[in-house]
Parts: sequence; structure tokens; C-alpha cells
Amino acid sequence: MSLEGFLAASARGGAIPWSEELRAAREFGLSAREVEAAAFGAGLLPARYSRNAGTIGLAGQAVLHASCVAVAGCGGIGGHVIEQLARLGVGTIVAVDPDVFEESNLNRQILATVENLGLPKVEAAALRARAINPAVILRPLRARLDSRNAPSLLEGADVVADGLDTISARLELAGACARLGLPFVHAGVAGWYAQASTQAPGSSSLSDIYGHGTAPAERGVEAALGNPSFTPALAASLEAAEVCKLLLGLSGTLRGRLLHLDLLAMECAEFPI
Amino acid sequence: MTVTVKLFASLRTGRFDLRAMDFPADTSAAQAIAAAGVRPEEAAVVFVNSRHAAPDTVLADGDTLAIFPPVGGG
Repeated sequence: MSLEGFLAASARGGAIPWSEELRAAREFGLSAREVEAAAFGAGLLPARYSRNAGTIGLAGQAVLHASCVAVAGCGGIGGHVIEQLARLGVGTIVAVDPDVFEESNLNRQILATVENLGLPKVEAAALRARAINPAVILRPLRARLDSRNAPSLLEGADVVADGLDTISARLELAGACARLGLPFVHAGVAGWYAQASTQAPGSSSLSDIYGHGTAPAERGVEAALGNPSFTPALAASLEAAEVCKLLLGLSGTLRGRLLHLDLLAMECAEFPI
Repeated sequence: MTVTVKLFASLRTGRFDLRAMDFPADTSAAQAIAAAGVRPEEAAVVFVNSRHAAPDTVLADGDTLAIFPPVGGG
């Protein structure tokens, strides 16, 4: 029996159960990722994506499976972005972060646990992605993404997601993305406040967000306000939805727009940037 | 002339959300920001009538000036 025939026979209500994906992987000597690629090719949806179907669709799910997203920083925003992209079914996630988990991360970073203290963030990200979705490849890169290493570390990426926590690192990466022709999905948080915007390839819109071309400070108002649990999770959700739309070629993205959310006043503002 | 000044995020703390302020003619965005009690480094993004504006932008009667602080955490 062909793999496609095996998968078609194992589908329940049009969806392939995980146990059958594993059986197919064993019988045909393939990885879970290869089995899912074959399923999409045969017009079959793995059951784990059944609640994506009405929003993403089979064709969109196949596009996400074939996509690669780089997440720069695996802390408050980046950790939640990785969690959501792995559940969404983005086939390759490149996670870049030089740091290990510290106690001050526990209040908001989804990958930070008491057991993970001292563990490199990218290692925790790889374990988490594997636990959620073994059909996703997470490439852990323990490095600080900068303009020098960006061309090699971002090789193959379709979109770059911002999980960084300093303004200078963001501006440097945004500049590298502009030169590499990559969309850069930005979000930043401080206290009750979050902002998000997408810098289109070749644009320098992020420099307009951080201070008029003058030398901006290393950190924003988060230096005084800190970051509670809910703001990075919100910012990450904005990024994940934005990444999904960019990969699927949907309209309504934050290209040329700065979205600002105030969770204290429960207000939302939007400006062209 | 009268300019509507809107503050966002933590810039509101101890100041105001929205205020109509009177300025002499040819007042710049930077001068209005200072008059609102906001330090230059606190005003990361400035919009005049919903358009991104440099600090030296000269304001006109009826303009709306929106000021955002730098939000840079992750």
C-alpha cells in the first residue's frame, strides 16, 4: 500500500489521528513531518489541525507546513510566539536567543518553569515544540541575532518575528531584515501597554517607531514599569496572527501601521507609520 | 492657536489623557511636548493629525498632537 493510500484508509471523518500518523511514520520509515507533508499532498488534514480548518483551510495549512519563521528572542513575547506557531503548524521555526532562564522570567515567559531555571531558552523552546507538535522542526540557535550573523542565521526564513527586549537590538535586526528582503513583525511591551507593527521588506519603518533617527535609549518605559504576564502574551498573539497572514498572503496586515493597546484603559489606537 | 494634545500609555500617569492647549503661532511639536510636561526622550513617536511627525514640525491651529513613549520590552 502506498503512503497516501495508508493515510486515506486511516482518516476518520476526513482527519488523520495522531496515532495513525505515528503508525505511518513507523511503517514507511518517515518522520512525522514527512508524513504530514504527504497527508497535505493527498488532501488530508491531520486531526490536530481540525480546529484550524475553518480559518486556515487545508491549502493554507499546507503552506504553513512548508514555511519557516525565525523568532528572535525566546523570552516573554518570543516564547508565546513559538508556542502559537508550533500549535498553528508552521513547519520550521528558527529560535534564536543567547540566554538561560532566570527567576525574573517566571512571571511572564511561558517557557520558563522552576525546572528550566538555568536552561538555555532555545533548548526549552525545542523541547516545548517537540512536546506540542513533533511534525514541526524547531532549530535552536543559542546566539544573539545581529546584523553580522543575520544573513546566515535567517537563511531560509520567510518571516522574522520580534521577541527582542532592547531597542538597539530591534533596530539592528530590523535593518538586517530590510537588507535581506524579509518582513519583520514587531511587537514591544511595557507594563499595561503593547504595540505592534510590521516592517515590510526594504522599509525602515521601525526606526520611525523608536525616536526620530536620533540615538534612542536602550530600553523604553518597561525599564520602570516591568512586564506582567498578560502583556507579552497579547503582543505574541498579535505577532502570531500577523505572521500567519503574511505566510498565507492575506490582507489586513500591520504593514505601514502602528497598533497600540492600552490594557489599563482597555483602549486601542492605530496610526500610519 | 489651540492644539489638542493626546498622551498615550504611561505618559498619562500624573498628566492627562487629552487636553486642548493654547500656544503662540509657529509653536513646534517639540515645544508643545515640553509644554505638556513630557521630556524629549519620553516622546518616542509623535503624530500630528495622525501622521508621523518630526519634533521640529510646526503646529497649526486645530491640529491634534499624539505622543507615545518608547515601548521596548519583550
